Amino acid sequence: MKLPSPPLPKFLRPTPPRPGRDGNGDGNGAEPGRNGGTTTKEPGIAEKAKDVSVEGAAAAVGYVDERTGMSPFLRGFLYRKTPRGNTWFYTLGSATMFAFISQAVTGVFLAMYYEPDPARAYDSASHITNEVFLGEFVRGMHRWGSTVMIILIFLHMGRVFIFGAYKYPREINWVIGVVLLVLTMAMGFTGYLLPFDQRSFWATVVGVNINASGPVMGPYLADFLRGGAEFGQATLSRFYAIHMLLIPGLIAALIGAHLYLVSKLGTTAPPWIKAEKKKLHEEAI
Amino acid sequence: MADRSGQKSKRKSRYTADRDVAGAFEGETMTRRGLMTGGALAAGGIASAAFGLPALGFAIGPLFEDQEPDQWQDVGPVSDFNTEAYVPRVINIVAEIGEAGKTTIYVRKALPSDKSPSDKPGVEPLPMVAISTRCAHLGCPVRYIQASQRFVCPCHGGVYDSQGAVAGGPPVRPLDRFYNRVRNGRVEIGDRFSLNSKLDRFKPRDPSNHLDGLWQYLYPSRPTT
Repeated sequence: MKLPSPPLPKFLRPTPPRPGRDGNGDGNGAEPGRNGGTTTKEPGIAEKAKDVSVEGAAAAVGYVDERTGMSPFLRGFLYRKTPRGNTWFYTLGSATMFAFISQAVTGVFLAMYYEPDPARAYDSASHITNEVFLGEFVRGMHRWGSTVMIILIFLHMGRVFIFGAYKYPREINWVIGVVLLVLTMAMGFTGYLLPFDQRSFWATVVGVNINASGPVMGPYLADFLRGGAEFGQATLSRFYAIHMLLIPGLIAALIGAHLYLVSKLGTTAPPWIKAEKKKLHEEAI
Repeated sequence: MADRSGQKSKRKSRYTADRDVAGAFEGETMTRRGLMTGGALAAGGIASAAFGLPALGFAIGPLFEDQEPDQWQDVGPVSDFNTEAYVPRVINIVAEIGEAGKTTIYVRKALPSDKSPSDKPGVEPLPMVAISTRCAHLGCPVRYIQASQRFVCPCHGGVYDSQGAVAGGPPVRPLDRFYNRVRNGRVEIGDRFSLNSKLDRFKPRDPSNHLDGLWQYLYPSRPTT
């Protein structure tokens, strides 16, 4: 005895045959959810689900693409030509960006527990480390990730310098990269205060006073950083706001500009790849 | 606009009518498109400034505010202090933020020889010498070593003599001091002031800011304090 099966949703039902293909007439005679009136072997439900999901994904991509025109841009960005001789050194920029993304994600979650108040900051930081589930891990990722990001950004800068990739027409990208380096260092400076232990407190006192040692503008810059003449409540809030709102926004925007120029201008070949002599010869003639 | 007219005249007329701008009025010197472009830019500028300037002022406002209220903090009876040795006391630099707002100062009774040139006849000399532990190099906390009668900074090796004047290392001026007074037999500590190498009084400066020679003009005092 065949048990009644639940009705399949419409998108899982087999497509009725096109009229005239198997001599079955108009195809409307096919009973939905059943054999479909054809003599071919019915595909299994897993296959059908796979087909449907592939079609569904294609349809979803098509839906978005039709309305945004993304695909020419993505094709140009993801399938752009690169010169011969690409090495792992070319991944240092992406690695720096992923370090930044990791910092951003872990930072957002640290902000859920951290309290930027001089009386509470140290306690909330040690609460994250000692009591929050996986808190030590997430804080550790943020803490070590900051060092990793600084290391990677310098390696990336060294790669660009040694490969001569800062030269025409990529000067503006070098300038943007230098601004990103400065902003990353500023992230390190402002983030260092936030645990608010003895080390971070005195390091920040000294760091702010180094700013104050600049002639003419120095004292004003130090007052701006402290939010007043003395290190206090305003200093911690201000460092926190700069660390989690101001600089990350600037970095994200500048990474966008940096990537745009990379995709626009392409990458350089490594210096040890010689230009093809044959072609040059022909051109010379 | 004028190149659309096709005229080859070297000097463009300032009147739109002479430049063959379509629909020009007589005596008109600015195209309506130019007016609208300028107007849109000006409106955008005003709109940006409307939120940008208040936000900027909000961020840098503390530079122009005297945040430390004039307050006198009791640090004990006069009998606690003598002219020979510095006595450490803890005062609040910034109130209500816990440990981070406190600092140690060293206090002793002033000697007649402690009068600085700024203690002019009209000005009452300070009864105490209250020395800040904020190093004049980069702000680390200095410690007084009684045996050598020196203030020593742990960070970069700044050394000061028993007056707080620089005896060695990188500091650019003597240790800051605090105004003080004696009321009802108790010593009260007031605001901070800075000193140059002759121990003249100045408005409080940040560590690392020079107060001597030509250097002092590169480090202005705060607008308020």
